[in-house]
Amino acid sequence: MSDTLKYFRQNRLPHIWCPGCGHGTVTGALVRAIGKLKLDKNKVVVVSGIGCSSRAPGYLDFDTLHTAHGRALAFATGIKLSRPELKVIVMTGDGDCTAIGGNHFIHAARRNIDITTIVMNNNIYGMTSGQYSPMTPKGMLGTTAPYGNVERSFDLAKLAVAAGATYVGRGTAYHAVLLEELIEKALLNKGFSVVEAVTQCPTYLGRKNKIGTAVDMLNWFKESAVNVKAAAVLPPEKLAGKFLIGELHNQPEPEFTAEYDAMASQVRRKFDDFQGEVRECGQNSD
Amino acid sequence: MTKAKLMQGNEACTLGALAAGLDFYAGYPITPSTEIAELCSEELPKVGGKFVQMEDEIGSAAAIIGASLTGRKTMTATSGPGFSLMQELIGYAGIAEVPIVIVNVQRVGPSTGQPTMPAQGDLMQARWGTHGDHPVVVLAPGNVKECFELTVKAFNIAEDYRVPVVVLTDEVIGHMREKVVLPEQGELKVSRRKMPEAPGGYKPYEGDDDGGVPLMASFGQGYRYHVTGLFHDETGFPSNKGDITDRFLRRLCRKVEKAEPVIRDYVTESADDCEVLVVAFGSSAMSSLSAVRQARAKGVKAGLFRPKTVFPFPEEALKAIAAKAKRVIVPEMNLGQLALEIERLVGCKTPVERLSKVNGELFKPEEILARILGGAK
Repeated sequence: MSDTLKYFRQNRLPHIWCPGCGHGTVTGALVRAIGKLKLDKNKVVVVSGIGCSSRAPGYLDFDTLHTAHGRALAFATGIKLSRPELKVIVMTGDGDCTAIGGNHFIHAARRNIDITTIVMNNNIYGMTSGQYSPMTPKGMLGTTAPYGNVERSFDLAKLAVAAGATYVGRGTAYHAVLLEELIEKALLNKGFSVVEAVTQCPTYLGRKNKIGTAVDMLNWFKESAVNVKAAAVLPPEKLAGKFLIGELHNQPEPEFTAEYDAMASQVRRKFDDFQGEVRECGQNSD
Repeated sequence: MTKAKLMQGNEACTLGALAAGLDFYAGYPITPSTEIAELCSEELPKVGGKFVQMEDEIGSAAAIIGASLTGRKTMTATSGPGFSLMQELIGYAGIAEVPIVIVNVQRVGPSTGQPTMPAQGDLMQARWGTHGDHPVVVLAPGNVKECFELTVKAFNIAEDYRVPVVVLTDEVIGHMREKVVLPEQGELKVSRRKMPEAPGGYKPYEGDDDGGVPLMASFGQGYRYHVTGLFHDETGFPSNKGDITDRFLRRLCRKVEKAEPVIRDYVTESADDCEVLVVAFGSSAMSSLSAVRQARAKGVKAGLFRPKTVFPFPEEALKAIAAKAKRVIVPEMNLGQLALEIERLVGCKTPVERLSKVNGELFKPEEILARILGGAK
């Protein structure tokens, strides 16, 4: 426990999340994975957008950046390309990542930029009190879906794979040990990694849909989630209404910032064309 | 050896940025600014800098803010539609006090408008485009050489005051080619943000209430600090306490206000004894200059006042000159945006006449000359 606490800004606690919220479990899994990998605290940058999940970085003792709604991955792209030596982690939510930030998500995946993205998917906009998101299952209630959500939802993992992410996993707040393992492997992947962390929002999704308490929601995850390895040997009818968890995709590809550096090494020269002065961009290095 | 070169405004902006230390560019293609992205993509990898073409202009603004937080000097360039998309993050750069430079090569708007035609309709957006009170500096080059000079200045202001700076050009200034003699690198003043000396007790947003500029640490250097677009106290963490947020916003805006005497810049022509004063910026000022010279040749006491910093506007200088004039004419390629500022500043003493052109064409000097000679309307 003490090992975990050293990654927290303890003076910023307690957090703002509701009783029973799963975001703390996900944050805990991330921190334990970081601890296990013994990452240098001074070389980790955690970036987030807007929403409940995006408040997590404020509690973590790294360089942390709480950005604008949907834009965490675009800010993170600037940080990672600028300083490839930094470990860049994005903490985001289902609305932040797949609605307003959807375009940045698919393009970060396409570039295969070395950013680890933790999507805390509680299937709802929590911070604005319960509107349906692109991850709200069809038929469920939200404050803007009073008669049931008529839209289809994303399969985030399939979206990430199709867009080019090289590591994709899914865990839940119930499967916290698995979640930690997935995040650890995601952090080790040199490329764009996505871990979808299904997490409970008892305050809005749970209450609105009469799912019950946080414990009831965790039991819902327990009953609905099937590990991808187990699913491989199950007949399709056994998988109806279930979702897959575990490592869903792991296929290394050349990473964007490394590819950029390789290109740059071919064209690099002293900058003297326009003024006869030798200037290197390194002047802005600290 | 300094040599004269033929170059366009967009090229001069890029060279100015590189001379000022640009080492990270993110952008999205848009006419008539694209040459800036093209040249950055070509030059930056040669010198250890980075270029990325983002998926949209919001992403571009986000990426340069992120890179700036790691200690880079960063820029993007765009035009009207892209500039509109960037507005939210200009506010972010303002509140988080992250130095960035945005070049807006104006075209006719609103919406897609006339992509290949010049306009000056983004003037007020450049100052007030993002929501909430916020600090921003807007510079307006009047020729190709100034594209270089004012882009250098933009980086210096961004670094000195930790504010977003907009370089507001237009299609004519951006694409026009002029013979330019650029200054030697050694002659340039190049600023660098002030940084803390070492981690330990660092307060990232600690600044004198009277427009103080906090020290800026770079990510990855052991400071482990927090940056947010929420109102925050001097530690960088969110605060909703009224006295803290009030002081914070006043300090942010005071930074630019206080620096106005240092930042503001303008040029005049025949302004000392003028009876008809023309006030114009950017490419409208080129036509105005010609008109003023032609009027003088005809014996009419005309003069020109051309702000190079439109925000903050060189208020006192204009007031002093306009007080002696009988008329003030404001030619601009919009329906009267600069004129609002001029009316505010001198309208109670000297009549201010608007001269608007919004057909996508540059002013002909004769059009301005006719107004100078034609008397008040």
